[in-house]
Amino acid sequence: MKTSFKLNGQAASLDLDPRTTLLDALRENLGLKGSKKGCDHGQCGACTVLVNGRRINACLSLAVTHEDDEITTIEGLAQGEALHPVQAAFLEQDAFQCGYCTPGQICSTIGMLKEAADGWASLVTEDLTADTVLTDAEIRERMSGNLCRCSAYPQILAAIRSAGGVA
Amino acid sequence: MSSVKDWAAPTPISENRSGLIGKGVDRYEGRLKVTGTAPFAYEVEAPSPPAYGVLIASPIAKGQVASADISAAQAAPGVRLVWTPHNVPAQGERGAKINPRSQRGSNPALAAKIEHFGQHVGFVVADTLENAKAAAALVRFDYAPEPADLIFEDNLGAADQPEGEEDVRVGDFEAAFDRAPVRLDETYVSPLQNHAQMEPCATTAWWDGDNVTVHTSIQMVKGGQHTLAETLMIPSTQVRLLTRYIGGGFGGKGQSYDDLTLAALAARELGQPVKVAYTRQQMFQATIHRPAVHMRVRLGAQADGRLDAFALEAVTHCRREAPFTEHAANFARSLYAAPNRLTGHRLVKLDIPAAGAMRAPGEASGMLSLECAMDELAEQLGMDPIALRLRNEPETDPETGKPFSTRQLVRCMTEGAQRFGWDRRNPKPGQVRDGRWLVGLGMAAAIRGNFLLPAKAGVRIDADGTITLRQGMTDIGTGTYTILAQITAETLGVPLAQVKVELGDSDFPPAPGSGGQFGAATAGSAAFAAGMNLRKALAELATGDPNSPLYGDDPELVTFGGGNIAVDNRAEPLERLVARAAPEGVYVEGSITPAADARDYSQHTYGAHFAEVGVDPDTGEVRLRRMFGVFAAGRILNAKTAMSQITGGMIWGVGTALHEYNEVDPRYGSFIAQDLAGYHVPAHADIADLSAMFLDEVDDKANPMGIKGVGELGIAGAGAAIANAVYNACGARIRDYPLTPEKVLAALP
Repeated sequence: MKTSFKLNGQAASLDLDPRTTLLDALRENLGLKGSKKGCDHGQCGACTVLVNGRRINACLSLAVTHEDDEITTIEGLAQGEALHPVQAAFLEQDAFQCGYCTPGQICSTIGMLKEAADGWASLVTEDLTADTVLTDAEIRERMSGNLCRCSAYPQILAAIRSAGGVA
Repeated sequence: MSSVKDWAAPTPISENRSGLIGKGVDRYEGRLKVTGTAPFAYEVEAPSPPAYGVLIASPIAKGQVASADISAAQAAPGVRLVWTPHNVPAQGERGAKINPRSQRGSNPALAAKIEHFGQHVGFVVADTLENAKAAAALVRFDYAPEPADLIFEDNLGAADQPEGEEDVRVGDFEAAFDRAPVRLDETYVSPLQNHAQMEPCATTAWWDGDNVTVHTSIQMVKGGQHTLAETLMIPSTQVRLLTRYIGGGFGGKGQSYDDLTLAALAARELGQPVKVAYTRQQMFQATIHRPAVHMRVRLGAQADGRLDAFALEAVTHCRREAPFTEHAANFARSLYAAPNRLTGHRLVKLDIPAAGAMRAPGEASGMLSLECAMDELAEQLGMDPIALRLRNEPETDPETGKPFSTRQLVRCMTEGAQRFGWDRRNPKPGQVRDGRWLVGLGMAAAIRGNFLLPAKAGVRIDADGTITLRQGMTDIGTGTYTILAQITAETLGVPLAQVKVELGDSDFPPAPGSGGQFGAATAGSAAFAAGMNLRKALAELATGDPNSPLYGDDPELVTFGGGNIAVDNRAEPLERLVARAAPEGVYVEGSITPAADARDYSQHTYGAHFAEVGVDPDTGEVRLRRMFGVFAAGRILNAKTAMSQITGGMIWGVGTALHEYNEVDPRYGSFIAQDLAGYHVPAHADIADLSAMFLDEVDDKANPMGIKGVGELGIAGAGAAIANAVYNACGARIRDYPLTPEKVLAALP
């Protein structure tokens, strides 16, 4: 089944088995292996990518449903040698160990910062009418869809704090 | 054989002239990981497009595969092969010669005899993952099931002493316990846990003539290589195993699994690369797990808190055909003084997946018992829990009488107490409220053994000055690449950017891999030895070269620093020397072996955990509010990566105390939780303000660099500190981990 979308700023056209998830299309058909498969069930967040600026679990989405979407993966964040500020913050704050959840954590962070900038509330938001303030509790709540079994959570929090507002 | 006395002399590491040792430099491979370009095993580029393998799991716990109908699967689109017990290629006995534990994966792969639920019985390879999955669903099996022993608690009566083990007795425990004026006799239960590494097991394999190359996710390079060679019935020299990036191990990838075996077999059969990954469900059902442990603790004390009698007896379980003992009592042999002691283990054999090593095997379970028992005894005695531990601090190893190599447990506790604000703890439970939350503080000690194994490393310098360290070692996220670069750069006096590190290749000089928190000390000591040998080779090269400013100097007087080789004020850059005198480069190897007298010392890492929790008395929910740990683990190589190891371990302790457990379904022998929704590992929102610090320490009995492991210390005792804080918050003493809301509600006074 033919499908086309914009991937990291470039047009991509594919003839895909309609059963193919967006995650498998990225990894197996398009050669972008940075998005990781941790559970294939939308439970770990390692496959998080940005679709039209919003974060989604690529494993829970069929690729052919993304006709004309703008998809950004971990490979689309750095500008040449210059890391995206969130990537640089993760490196500086040592916000990972094994690195398997890291692309998902980074894409999720970028999506989360935009949600907060757009005024989206979370479970721990106390005043739904006020501007969103990304307290530590807000960041932790909003990032809880991205598991890190190495448990670099204190360091991820520090990275997000230092990169906050730059996405 | 060397002696620990050889390790006391100053070295480039202890002198640390460029300050790289201990510095929190960024991870060596960090840029690859934050850009998603570090290739994990399933992502490696094969020489030609790979086919996709999918595994099929047994729905019964014990019995035989009676028959299999593969006709529909074979006729499905894109299918290249379908294997069942009836047509899988012959395999050699796996791993028996190398490591009996390697046999624990099904042996052989796709055996007709089923030993646990989830054992693989079928394997399909197709041109795409979608076609392979669809075809796998078309294979039909008939089974001949047999009765199975599945539930640990139902089989406690069948517990036996593990083969080759005896209880350890000092003095007369029973008599001392009977006469003790203050006694505690309680049983604590730690649950079955799963590793839940983020990266499922995966292999990409291809053949070139008679030689196979496999990229797989495994912690032990040589073990994996030899096991596969035996399986394939070919010499190890024909197997090249690579494992450059590993998405978490924690002990669960210490052995190989069916992905490695079947990818290699299928790639040979098809003449095409094949890749295979476990599903998340298969990670739960068909790898190893930490077994549940029932721990009876008996403490007999004088009124002043001095322990006269101490016993910890642990009962645990393993798979019937794969003996493994979770040594939950061993740590206690070195922790507290008591003249009359008893420790031992019993084992129940079940027809469930294999038990095995998971981060801090022994301590992670065992400390959950004793460190709660000490809290309970302190309350009985009317003592502060730290004071009770100080009262029982031993001068020498309490079981063997050997001297400690280093032991800063007391300072870990006192320093931690002061920084955490332990004096604010109200010893009476249930007294502190913050809104709807009952708030409490708890602490626990931490101890974890330190080990050194034999290892080798190779290091070369090329004419452009690049220094490359090569080792058949792994980095499972622990920071091995980074610390080996730091050790090599500091040893040779060059900037970090001049050093390359290449790991995870069976062609490289062997190291034992990652496990038992022995990785940094073992691999690092070999790298250090290789670096020292390169210094020697370069000193001889320079002093023997008429064109060197060092010509004719005594090689013993040569120094290294700032990228130069020098004697007094005569110096030249290393690359100039090598380009001129050895343009093909210089390669040397180094090795480490444990010192002959290392066992004359009781050698451990130590720590103390402090936790503050809130308990909601209406829902039973427990929330961590803050946690702090103080640790002593020898010389610290990298402030960032060591801290991440320690805090990561502490967070595993939070999961152990509050969230993580699995249970066996009595109908099928399957694990009830088989995904990351059912098995809750700590998430961001579970972790509040959590930090740690290291005490200054150099252990000159540990290895030539005075370092120790930090990968497992952080989890040891951490869960008990939280359980103790829960008790202090609300008066609910729960001896059955984890402390889930329903247990807290039921235990509230």
